[in-house]
Amino acid sequence: MESFGSFRRKFAPWDDPAAKPYIRFENVTKTFGDFTAVNDLSLDVFNREFFALLGASGCGKSTLLRMLAGFEEPTSGRILLDGQDLRGIPPYRRPVNMMFQSYALFPHMTVEGNIAFGLKQDGMAKSEIDARVGEMLKLVKLEQFAKRKPHQLSGGQRQRVALARAVAKRPKVLLLDEPLGALDKKLREETQFELMDLQYKLGLTFMVVTHDQEEAMTMADRIAVMDHGRIMQVATPAEVYEAPASKFVADFIGNVNLLEGAVEKAGSGEVEIAAATQGLTIRADTSKALSSGQNVWFAIRPEKIRIGREKPVDASFNAVEGELWDIAYFGDMTVFHVRLDNGDLIKASSLNAVRKVENPLTYDDRVWVSFDTDAGLVLTA
Amino acid sequence: MNTTWSRFNIASVVLGFAFLYLPIVLLVIYSFNESRLVTVWAGFSTKWYFALFNNRGLMDAAWVTARVGVLSASIATVLGTLAAIALTRYTRFRGRLLFSGMIYAPLVMPEVITGLSLLLLFVAVNFDRGFWTVTLAHITFSMCFVAVVVQSRLVTFDRSLEEAAMDLGAPPVTTFFKITLPVILPAVISGWMLAFTLSLDDLVIASFTSGPGATTLPMKIYSQVRLGVTPEINAICTILIAIVATGVIIASLINKRREVQRIRDEQAAFRI
Repeated sequence: MESFGSFRRKFAPWDDPAAKPYIRFENVTKTFGDFTAVNDLSLDVFNREFFALLGASGCGKSTLLRMLAGFEEPTSGRILLDGQDLRGIPPYRRPVNMMFQSYALFPHMTVEGNIAFGLKQDGMAKSEIDARVGEMLKLVKLEQFAKRKPHQLSGGQRQRVALARAVAKRPKVLLLDEPLGALDKKLREETQFELMDLQYKLGLTFMVVTHDQEEAMTMADRIAVMDHGRIMQVATPAEVYEAPASKFVADFIGNVNLLEGAVEKAGSGEVEIAAATQGLTIRADTSKALSSGQNVWFAIRPEKIRIGREKPVDASFNAVEGELWDIAYFGDMTVFHVRLDNGDLIKASSLNAVRKVENPLTYDDRVWVSFDTDAGLVLTA
Repeated sequence: MNTTWSRFNIASVVLGFAFLYLPIVLLVIYSFNESRLVTVWAGFSTKWYFALFNNRGLMDAAWVTARVGVLSASIATVLGTLAAIALTRYTRFRGRLLFSGMIYAPLVMPEVITGLSLLLLFVAVNFDRGFWTVTLAHITFSMCFVAVVVQSRLVTFDRSLEEAAMDLGAPPVTTFFKITLPVILPAVISGWMLAFTLSLDDLVIASFTSGPGATTLPMKIYSQVRLGVTPEINAICTILIAIVATGVIIASLINKRREVQRIRDEQAAFRI
């Protein structure tokens, strides 16, 4: 089996045909009037998985989460949690808890009061509640803020109170709606790792909704990329990035060059594509069965393209000449926009691994862009 | 920005305030008049205040007004709050627009018409007029004001607070009493105060719907004034002004202090 990128932990129940899914969406549809928010969607999530629903706003990801929490009922289809059909069970009887995008902290209660609220509803003994609240405060490092009201806390602290409140009841599943959306970039990056750590420590199943692909890629075991109420692909972050199922996913996640063309020569395991814009033929590896003349797209990530003044020696490489059109310097890397001689624009990025460069590339330079036959992906949809 | 006071500015402020407050100031001053004649100053005295407390008629009327006010304001607050919740929350029921329009209608309805129609209703159902009819009438018109006040707070209420409570295991009723009500409580209280004040100074509707033994203070004052203004009337009006002014000042001070505290807390939070 092929493997992509890097992975965090040996955890892949979705590859095990005997593994039983923990949360199961079965042909779930949700309509609001004429608008279909979720369209005949099926999805399995496994116990202890960190699962991310990724998509643009309005793609149905939040609706999916709210149906699991019980705030919306599916128009058709069903949702199973640990084998139990959730239809008709009100939110206050579901063994899931949610962390809200706005945090939804109770403004008239202290931090302690907020965390204890759910425990009180279960009729837990006072001593037990105190112990659990203390434990939660310690977990999110807010011990000295126990008596504060939410408006006396900073954004990051509020986020942690919301998290502590949501996990205090030890739910079977924790739902997180844009958990880091309101934090600034630096804090967001730190908190991502804290969330992952917490999920691992508590051994819970996390289902997070986000529009931020970096967030999803960093935290999740698997990502579901959603669009218009449907799932476009469910896979590990590395698979989604390196082996996107469609043009949409390739374009949605990260940066990509998409070149349209027609199959010229289809062989076993490899293909030659004539780009729609004249004067460019691409040789690529593929496992797809393609027929001659078929319309396809060649997708290649900018960092998989080499750029230089010299033509590469290796004749098996695809190599094409062009002019340097634009340069975006990001510090850690530089993105070059190259106008090929046939008019196509290609993005190539390179890591700035050394500090000093002799004779750096600049505007209007004649350059060669080149890539190996397995650097890109042939897509048919 | 120009912050210096021109003569024109000073003049307009003085005139404006004089226009608003001169009659009230005169009334307060003459309530401390020694003389029985309202318009002739004969030295300072508080005797009319003592006389007032021995005036059974006025005292009875004040007691009726207080009871009607508290009872009608309380019931109107409950009903008005429920109406406000229904109108903000259930946005998709049939005839919602008609309902919310109907909530506002009594606010602009001439009091004479409200009073008359209530009178006709009470006569038609053969309801003896008295304390309860005044109270019912006051509930009817003041609950609309409460509904409007509470509704404007509910519009900015974050629904996810309630969802969070339910998510944490609280059934809808618990959620309402533990989360929704405490959060909107300031609006509910100001709704109550508004309803109480409206009931306190209503003359027209009370005149239509009241009966023997249930004369409210404004009715009593009005009927006495027709026989001539006595310093006692000035005294009771001064007391009413004092009550209303104290209420308004306390309410605004509480609001102000809460606001200042909130801003200070928020600033403190971001320094950590």
